[in-house]
Amino acid sequence: MSTTDSAPGAQPRVDAADTSGATHRAVEAIWRIESGRLIAGLARVTGDVGIAEDMAQEALVAALEQWPRTGVPPNPAGWLMTTAKRRAIDAHRRESNFGRKAAVLGEEAVSGVDSDAVIDAMDDHVHDDVLRLLLTACHPVLSLESRVALTLRCLAGLSTDEIARAFLVPEATAAQRIVRAKNTLADRGVQFELPGPEELSERMSSVLEVVYLVFNEGYSATSGSDWTRPDLCNEAIRLGRLLAGLVPEEPEVHGLLALMEFQASRLPARVGPSGEAVLLPDQDRRLWDRLLVRRGLEGLTRAESLGKPLGPYSLQAGIAACHARALRADDTDWARIVSLYDVLVRVWPSPVVALNRAVAVSFLQGPEAGLKELETVAASGRLDLYPHLHAARGDLHARSGRLEEAAEAFARAAELSRNEADRATFTRRATELRGTPG
Amino acid sequence: MRYIIILKGTQPAGPPPEGLMEAIMGLGAEATASGSMIENAGLAPSATGAQVTVAAGELSVMDGPFAEAKEYISYAIYDVRSKEEAVEWASRFMQLHVDRWPGWEGTSDVVKIFGPEDFAPPQ
Repeated sequence: MSTTDSAPGAQPRVDAADTSGATHRAVEAIWRIESGRLIAGLARVTGDVGIAEDMAQEALVAALEQWPRTGVPPNPAGWLMTTAKRRAIDAHRRESNFGRKAAVLGEEAVSGVDSDAVIDAMDDHVHDDVLRLLLTACHPVLSLESRVALTLRCLAGLSTDEIARAFLVPEATAAQRIVRAKNTLADRGVQFELPGPEELSERMSSVLEVVYLVFNEGYSATSGSDWTRPDLCNEAIRLGRLLAGLVPEEPEVHGLLALMEFQASRLPARVGPSGEAVLLPDQDRRLWDRLLVRRGLEGLTRAESLGKPLGPYSLQAGIAACHARALRADDTDWARIVSLYDVLVRVWPSPVVALNRAVAVSFLQGPEAGLKELETVAASGRLDLYPHLHAARGDLHARSGRLEEAAEAFARAAELSRNEADRATFTRRATELRGTPG
Repeated sequence: MRYIIILKGTQPAGPPPEGLMEAIMGLGAEATASGSMIENAGLAPSATGAQVTVAAGELSVMDGPFAEAKEYISYAIYDVRSKEEAVEWASRFMQLHVDRWPGWEGTSDVVKIFGPEDFAPPQ
């Protein structure tokens, strides 16, 4: 990318007379596009993500001040980068103000004052820098919530206020998570570098965990009227796409992206006219987003073509693909789903996965067979408080004609559920089952 | 939210200048890597297509070329957070033409694709 200043006399792209806040919105849009690369480049020079993020923010503030007067420059990305770099260089030249910023820039940068070299250094290896930034923001020394906040802040360009609204916490809490994350990275001396191949795979799983957590936050909130939270699904998918470009050789990256795209493809069908949840078998599949389905299928093919054993995300994407391929619920390839679950329970021995497998078995071999599997899972006691265990049990009893047991199980599920839409669904099922003449 | 950006332009007299396609590919790769561009393709001259029209209750099919002065050239679908972000990508794309192809004129229509966010259920 070019980093030249706007040429004198060049026409600003947006009219300088900014009465409607249009420039402000344009600045925000450019920020969203550029902030990740900007912070990543600055982090490489400073070696400190926290300082890099501060400097990038300074460039944003400068843009918000100047562009409404001057208009958006012809090369806004270059302007932001140049401004941030100038600030970075100024910071370590200001010996009277020789704080942490200057210290971390290192001996050479300070004494040599070879500004051009510093600027050039930041233009190389953009690809690796963004990956480093992502790995650092998702570093295991950070708490999960700090990782999430820092990732959304540095890689998705979200403001503290947007992060706060998305996670239903006060703005001060979100700000604190980011500050704490930056401090932890500095205090623990986390290097802004790429780990070796062995550590990389472990670090990647932390990144994938953060991305999927962001997605699920949004997914679980899709019945609300505030689209800040469901928008998290899109943020997560964009992060997934970014990641797929950065580490295309890692099947789980494509698997996770495909999984998210399959799940998001159902969003338009997932909420009924009065805001109620519509479950998979009852969804109007014509509403599914075909573009996302197609991309999901392509991503899954890519994951499978890399010739490595499939991990939990790819396997879940494989299961989601079986649903996506079925134009009617009755066409679902349950045999394939059960066989994928058989592998998934081995690579990811979780009782929830085993429960989902039992439900899949019920569609392949009938409700009695499914119930048998389910009770095996339930016997461990680990899902006693999990509402979906009871709801699944209720459904299997209902399909087997045992309405009283079914109603009881749904009532238990409603009792345990903390999700309003789920609770309403479970309560309705319990009431309907009790009202059915037996 | 998704936008489809449809490029229309005057039928050029000669081939595009050297470096334009390269620059377009570069920008496309960047937009794809950032997760913003999720679909794109070039569009053949309208002579290869047709228009199916309903007027005065009558359906008619007419082979191309269309009467419009500008031809469709390409389209791209962007998944972005705001209209301004889509406009920014479209502006970068158009700027490549300004910088490399004197005399060329065209328009990128930035059109929102309806999405779930347009149909948020009542609270």
